Amino acid sequence: MKTIRTPAELEELRGSLAREQDPARRVISLCGGTGCRALGSDSVFEALVERIEAENMGNQVTLRMTGCPGFCEKGPLMVIQPEGIFYHGVKVDEVPEIVTRTLTTGEMIDSLLYVDPSTGEKIAYEREIPFYKKQRPLLLEMNEKIDPTSITDYIALGGYGSLSKVLSQMTAEEVIDEVTEAKLRGRGGAGFPTGLKWRISREAPGDTKYVVCNADEGDPGAFMDRAILEGNPHRVLEGMVIGGYAIGADEGFVYVRAEYPLAAKHLAIAITQAREYGLLGKDILGSGFDFDVQIRLGAGAFVCGEETALMASIEGRTGEPRPRPPYPSQSGLWGKPTNINNVKTWGNVPIIIENGADWYAELGTEGSKGTKIFSVVGKINNTGLVEVPMGTTLRQLIFDVGGGIPNDKEFKAVQIGGPSGGCIPKEHLDTPIDYESLTELGAMMGSGGMVVTDEDTCMVDFARFFMNFVQDESCGKCVPCRLGTRAMLEVLTRITEGKGQEGDMKYLAELGQQIRASSLCGLGQTAPNPVLSTLRYFPDEYEAHIRDKSCPAHVCRPLIQYFIDVETCNGCGRCLRTCPAEAISGAKKERHVIDQDLCIKCGSCQEVCRFDAVIVE
Amino acid sequence: MNSEQAFDASELADLLGDKQDGEDKSLMSILEDVQARYRYLPKDALILISEWMGVPLSQTYSVATFYNAFSLKPKGRHIINVCLGTACNVRGSRKVVERIADRLGIEPGETTQDGEFTLETLNCVGACALGPVAIIDGTHFGRVNAAGADKLLKKLGVEGRKE
Repeated sequence: MKTIRTPAELEELRGSLAREQDPARRVISLCGGTGCRALGSDSVFEALVERIEAENMGNQVTLRMTGCPGFCEKGPLMVIQPEGIFYHGVKVDEVPEIVTRTLTTGEMIDSLLYVDPSTGEKIAYEREIPFYKKQRPLLLEMNEKIDPTSITDYIALGGYGSLSKVLSQMTAEEVIDEVTEAKLRGRGGAGFPTGLKWRISREAPGDTKYVVCNADEGDPGAFMDRAILEGNPHRVLEGMVIGGYAIGADEGFVYVRAEYPLAAKHLAIAITQAREYGLLGKDILGSGFDFDVQIRLGAGAFVCGEETALMASIEGRTGEPRPRPPYPSQSGLWGKPTNINNVKTWGNVPIIIENGADWYAELGTEGSKGTKIFSVVGKINNTGLVEVPMGTTLRQLIFDVGGGIPNDKEFKAVQIGGPSGGCIPKEHLDTPIDYESLTELGAMMGSGGMVVTDEDTCMVDFARFFMNFVQDESCGKCVPCRLGTRAMLEVLTRITEGKGQEGDMKYLAELGQQIRASSLCGLGQTAPNPVLSTLRYFPDEYEAHIRDKSCPAHVCRPLIQYFIDVETCNGCGRCLRTCPAEAISGAKKERHVIDQDLCIKCGSCQEVCRFDAVIVE
Repeated sequence: MNSEQAFDASELADLLGDKQDGEDKSLMSILEDVQARYRYLPKDALILISEWMGVPLSQTYSVATFYNAFSLKPKGRHIINVCLGTACNVRGSRKVVERIADRLGIEPGETTQDGEFTLETLNCVGACALGPVAIIDGTHFGRVNAAGADKLLKKLGVEGRKE
């Protein structure tokens, strides 16, 4: 390998890599994302390597461990080209058959094909699966086509072409204009216009400037940044180098949360390779522009996703936020102008440069352009990552792409934007999603985490969960957040214990407004949202807890009791053996009984009962 | 405490020496390395690092106690983490934590008397499709329920309730 010194050399390398690729060649892409690895894709990969070698097929087949293609629910996922055959739930003992049948003759293995739950029909090709059909992947598009640890895979598909174009044909001003015209908005959730932020950073006085990639994806339930960094780290790096050129920075940091070891690993490999190829470092592509990137690992603090706290953490201090202004674009890392963008924002940049602002601005709604990745999780059939144009409705996302709610349960609400967001009930399912519409409904775009709840979710308990989370993660610097969230949590806890009082709902709403108005940073300012939105849409559930001392969803333990149904119980003894409190008694083949004094209401008996004999009241 | 965790000042000096040549000399990354090596941050190490970095011990201490990933108490040989992120929570991960806590006889955040197990919780590892997720010594296990937790513990040699 030699360093690439000019745009022409990059083009030459891309050309020769493309010529090497035979479009008819068999390529197996196996997902190596965190999700599929947890389901055993590592051992499937090893088995494939062994088997292909044993069959002497090494020169006919390309095997690739790729990033996440999004359909995590069905992992480990495998796509076989050139046909695009889609296998799911692949196990090691199915590997020999895949190699001898599918790889040699293209014959499909029925048991590995996806079955459409609505029609019962088998679907052979990835592009025909409903989950994928309605998506518009831009950021995730390359994930299943490249090995994220191979820079040449990325270059072969045109990677670093945008950087080359920027460095050889565009001034910094022109780059900023292009991003501005594309109307790209910050994908971290707040939606600040990216072009404007870049311009402020560029115009800020000072010779030393920094760019930062915020990969501290702390919103529980959101994992698109993880998927991008794991699956296509070079795209993020390319975006950062372009951003550095535009604002006049020669150094960048990626702040990755410690809970994402694989993302950090793939990013580190990508940085090393980009340096080797001369795409990071001194005089990139002969342009005279220098730029390099370092990784900083987080250490498990949610507040570090807030930009001023993140910078404090990079500087080696406790991750406590500070008031803004000055904004980081004016005074950031070590007091220097610092342009902070989210992983997805950086990832969008090469796409905009490659296709042009006009092309990009055609996607989406009036105020929100491009696509947005959502992680659709919780009580949903097709858990996974979904990339759709802005303006897609919640109904399309949850029911058409997400496949609806499992076990014939009824949809209750979807929580968007994590602990900073709010829930949206079914009457608003036809709302087109963009930054403004979600805010109007009391939620927010946030990072795009979407947690679907069904009739078994208690909204008061759900609000308490988020309040407990923010209370835990509050850094403690400002009083409204430190004490206000605690006060709200105490009231919510009391309500879920059946000790709610008249006036609690009004108190929560008032306190929430005050915390919103007076907290120092985004964490506190948005912390009351989950409570305020559940109060807005589900006042009945609060009232049931407070007035009737009952939990309609049968979740809050002090308000429920477990019973064994006389008619249905056949005395099999499974619950008796499982009960950790030894609260169940009964002879074999006779009806069992739960001792209410001993029962800890853990629900284990209900989980193991095969006859639905355990009921909750 | 396990003998292999014993803090060795000369080893830390080596670790810091390596850092000197490398580019990454931030306080956080040094603490992360020490935490990974000893599974906690020994007091003597904090003092040495502060001197080496030229920062007040109070600052090192504040960083060491601010972030969840750092611990001033030794952790167990096996670290069991259960995800309590929203998606796992909706799918019942609290029951998994309770079961493991009950079996090990400790609360989340604590370590068993014999120094074998530490039980921790965290907020989302981004494997939401597999919830509830448990991570034992770095390996992810998906779709764990209370009975599944028992099986995982059994593999680690915990049968029934640990006294």
